[in-house]
Amino acid sequence: MSDFFRRHSMVAIIGAFIVLFLIYTSFPIVPETKQAVVVQFGKPVRILNRYRADQPIGHRGAGLAYRIPFVETVLWIDKRVLNVNMDSQQVISTDQRRLQVDAFARYRITDPLLMYIRASTPENLSKALQLNLGSQLRNELGKRPFDALLSPERQGIMENVRRGLDRVARQYGAEIIDVRIKRTDLPQGSPLDSAFDRMRSAREQEAQSILAEGSKRAQIIRAEADAEAARIYANSYGKDPDFYDFYRAMESYQLSFIGNGQQRAAPTTVVLSPQNDYLREFTGRKR
Amino acid sequence: MNILMGWGSRARGLFADNKGPWGSSSGGDGDEPPPAEGGGGPWGEPSKRRKRPSVTSGGPPPSLDEFLRRGRARFGGGLPGRPNASIITWAVLGVVFLWLAVTSIHSVDPQERGVVTQFGRYSRTLGPGVGWTLPWPVEQVQKVNVGEARTIDLGAGSDNLMLTRDQNLIDIAYSVSWYIRSPELYLFELNDPKQTVEQAAESAMRAVIARVSLRDAMGPKRAEIEAEVQAEMQRVLDGYRTGIVVNNIAIRQADPPDAVNEAFKKVTAAQQQAQSAVNLASGYATQVTQRAEGDAAAFDKVYAQYKLAPEVTRRRMYYETMERVLANVDKTIVEAPGVTPYLALPEVKKSTPREPGQ
Repeated sequence: MSDFFRRHSMVAIIGAFIVLFLIYTSFPIVPETKQAVVVQFGKPVRILNRYRADQPIGHRGAGLAYRIPFVETVLWIDKRVLNVNMDSQQVISTDQRRLQVDAFARYRITDPLLMYIRASTPENLSKALQLNLGSQLRNELGKRPFDALLSPERQGIMENVRRGLDRVARQYGAEIIDVRIKRTDLPQGSPLDSAFDRMRSAREQEAQSILAEGSKRAQIIRAEADAEAARIYANSYGKDPDFYDFYRAMESYQLSFIGNGQQRAAPTTVVLSPQNDYLREFTGRKR
Repeated sequence: MNILMGWGSRARGLFADNKGPWGSSSGGDGDEPPPAEGGGGPWGEPSKRRKRPSVTSGGPPPSLDEFLRRGRARFGGGLPGRPNASIITWAVLGVVFLWLAVTSIHSVDPQERGVVTQFGRYSRTLGPGVGWTLPWPVEQVQKVNVGEARTIDLGAGSDNLMLTRDQNLIDIAYSVSWYIRSPELYLFELNDPKQTVEQAAESAMRAVIARVSLRDAMGPKRAEIEAEVQAEMQRVLDGYRTGIVVNNIAIRQADPPDAVNEAFKKVTAAQQQAQSAVNLASGYATQVTQRAEGDAAAFDKVYAQYKLAPEVTRRRMYYETMERVLANVDKTIVEAPGVTPYLALPEVKKSTPREPGQ
């Protein structure tokens, strides 16, 4: 035996490589993140590391596995939560308004065998889900008024979509964990422009009403001040209306003929009759 | 596994120097050769001896030759007949040792955790410090940084418009800070962390913004929105079993879209205008009431004096006022009644020295 190898060294090396290769291909390592279908000439024979919700990480399943080289092939399938993005869809609400919706779904392949039989590859499954997500979403959202589309989580719309998509996914051996809307946008063009117009006019109206309210408040403040002043005057002058009349007349004469100290009154010529009370003594007492 | 053990013992044998394995040992796989007996360190001496034959004497000493032959028989290969095959053997051994050292001793930083998988299956998580595992490919360690908070910026740059409850649009930019709580879930359940976090953040933010009005979103409810988004994101991520904790959401910008910004500025301007109108009115109000109070106080003082001697005070005030008034004006006293209509008032005016327009 050893002599043979010594003589045919190249054969020995090649033989060693073949053995290594056989070992390598016969015992595939199944990581935690993957499950696999072992296929014998197209016929699935076993499933490796199948996802089970009740199994914690590190449970039996992942680890070393075996396969018969050349006879069996291993089809790897992701075990993790996967993502499918929907292309942006335009949805028309019942009140004929348009909304651009961006959504995604999260799913997990729970039955690799069924997935293999129905879709054969994960990519096909992903495509099927993508198409279905679009149509499910359009159907469900198309039944609602625009208001409801803005927060579809509220009325369980997304849960309906999820359930609908899940029914489809189950046929492919997958389950839908969640469907969520990433963005809701008004479509470019007239819907967006009219929204901007509405916002603009609403702001302008708000500006006007703020101005009007401001001037109203200013007016009220002035009127209240005037009323307060009137009350103060009445309180004080009301004690003796007759004296007030005299007092105010004196003040008034002074202001009109002399000015208030800062500016002189306009020049005045006074024509007095001797009968004037001021000149009563002018003509001599008891005339 | 057997091969491994064999290599291990062979390596040990080689290091044991001198006549060690090739001279005296009878050569079983698991045989422990006798320990080193001096004549230089186990590392330095043998290698020197090994080089010598290949370079100078052209043939290995008999003991080595014997070893190689046995080795060949054991492994069924090697490079027969070549004298420097021993160098290759040593190189292989060196690589094996390096491999053992590198793949089975792991130093884990304080903010890291080392997730150990055994042939792909999760086995345990190494805490900070030095951790031991079986060498590759039996066990592997993936280090995950659980201490570092990662940040994702969303909505920065271009317009990131979102619809509010009152069907207005708001341009919003925010950042999400998150870290890894469970390295096992993070590694084994999550296939694209960045995309997952981004999607969860975007959808949560959209959902929360759609529940508040534009005015609230722009100002007073920011903190509430951040808290709600964080809770919503956490709920979503937990639903996916991601092992991620959302640390913080920070709204960096919540503005009206550029297209309508002008109109929003008008509102601000109107608010300021209204405020200034109110301020002016308040100023007027103070002025008027103060003046009224002043006037009333003055009247009250005089009235108090007047009450003491009404008639005299009244006459005194009258005369004093008239004095002041008449001292300052031109006076004409007309004796006869009925003359007034015929007085040439312009003439009278002419005599006034400071008549404007003269």
